[in-house]
Amino acid sequence: MKKFINKADDFLKESLNGFGKAHGDIIQVSLDPTFVSRKNKKKEGKVSLISGGGSGHEPMHGGFVGYGMLDAACPGFVFSAPAPDQMQAAAEHVDSGAGVLFIVKNYSGDIMNFQMGAEMYSGTNDSIITNDDVAVEDSTFTTGRRGVAATVLVEKIVGSLAEDGGSLEECKKLGEKVNKNAGTMGVAFTSCTVPAAGKPTFDIGDDEMEFGVGIHGEPGRKREKIKPSKTIVGNILDAILDNLKPENNEKILLFVNGMGGTPLTELYLVYDDAFQILKSKGVEVTRSLVGNYCTSLEMQGASITLLKCDEKIIKNWDAPVHTAAMRWGM
Amino acid sequence: MSVNFLISQAKNIQKVINENASEIEALDQNIGDGDHIFNIQRGLKLVIELEGTIKDLPLAKALNMIAMKVLSGIGGSSGALFGTFFISMAKSPDLDKDIEFRKACEMIINGIQAMKERGKADVGEKTMMDVLIPVSVKLNEIKNNNSEIKQGLSEIIKIAEDRMLSTKDMLATKGRASFLGERAKGHIDPGARSSQLIIDTICKFIINQ
Repeated sequence: MKKFINKADDFLKESLNGFGKAHGDIIQVSLDPTFVSRKNKKKEGKVSLISGGGSGHEPMHGGFVGYGMLDAACPGFVFSAPAPDQMQAAAEHVDSGAGVLFIVKNYSGDIMNFQMGAEMYSGTNDSIITNDDVAVEDSTFTTGRRGVAATVLVEKIVGSLAEDGGSLEECKKLGEKVNKNAGTMGVAFTSCTVPAAGKPTFDIGDDEMEFGVGIHGEPGRKREKIKPSKTIVGNILDAILDNLKPENNEKILLFVNGMGGTPLTELYLVYDDAFQILKSKGVEVTRSLVGNYCTSLEMQGASITLLKCDEKIIKNWDAPVHTAAMRWGM
Repeated sequence: MSVNFLISQAKNIQKVINENASEIEALDQNIGDGDHIFNIQRGLKLVIELEGTIKDLPLAKALNMIAMKVLSGIGGSSGALFGTFFISMAKSPDLDKDIEFRKACEMIINGIQAMKERGKADVGEKTMMDVLIPVSVKLNEIKNNNSEIKQGLSEIIKIAEDRMLSTKDMLATKGRASFLGERAKGHIDPGARSSQLIIDTICKFIINQ
């Protein structure tokens, strides 16, 4: 394992300390229980958005705390759901009286801990669960699909509505719509290494890729030989489009997300491939996002997310945002 | 059951879990994401560190502190589930009276029921509940029939082991492994393995007393 690390036990705390110092104009970091919240005073009557999950996906979620997005984020240990007292403390800290909306990725640990946090918090609250990963078959008998990169889009778009005074019910409804309109699929070229484990989560050959990988290095649909980017991107898009079934000329947001170890040069190449393939299929790309937003430590790989957009989604996407990891319009 | 008993069991369990850590970690890397063993180890360490604070407290208060420590200090599915177990234990009535075997059985049975409700998982879903639920059923039988305690615990050791091994050929429908479909088959569930080790350790301790 080659990482910038002092002691495995201090890894998260030291990283959060740095994050707090580097972005002290936007956020503050509270420890014990641990959460990241906005620096500025809360706005009366604004619904508060709180997300969280295991660490190792940075900038998700702490990097999305700030104007136009989240009010707080609760980081757990690397790849491990946060504890309920973190969500309770964050909710008590940020709630301005209009209620709290928890944004939770669909994993058993996250669901249980957020539920317990919500039960422990006495104020009005509700939750939305993201499950955009089309690599996993959905079924009423299983945990269902994983929540991955579209969570970033949900946080941005609902964040804007909350900033504009949307009610808890309206925010939840829009969040569920964005989640339903989005599909994601990822590919990994290498594994990632959890600091506490000290060795790669999975073995993969130099010429292999994991098609449909999860954001913790969980296996996907199949292990394959690496192919040219156009072929990989085409296969990913086929899987997503098969699931989303956009109408002809439907407008979509194209989000190419890096897993942490793939350079932007490659991500833009992926974007170009995806844009051309979508165009040839009569899908119009109306908005874009390219970069490392929902990562898996140092994994090499990328995911593509397509989001079907209507006017309301576009308006809230374009609205100003000012967080550590996403900033435009202000 | 006493505070002393809980702490000494935590120490015994820590030893056994540490001895089997690499196996549990490997199981989790096969079908999960590798965090289970670290969560269990962190939880045990936190509980053992509480010794100085809780050793002279009444049982209800000590259980409550253990519950809060487990719930807030672990995270992941294990933190939520074992935290739920100890919260349920701490809420048991008459904790100020002597806790004899039947009463302890009842507390554990209720704790496992609370975990089942929290995780919404039943037997056959390739989770720790595959071990805990059958153990709970057997405990209930021993309690109601007034069976010979050591004989009953030997049977529980066997049940826990069989049920742990049975998760190998299951498809997972809950937890991280459920995303794998057929690919989860052929691997024992890491939560089932750690739960079996915990039960094995406690039962053997009582049998050898």
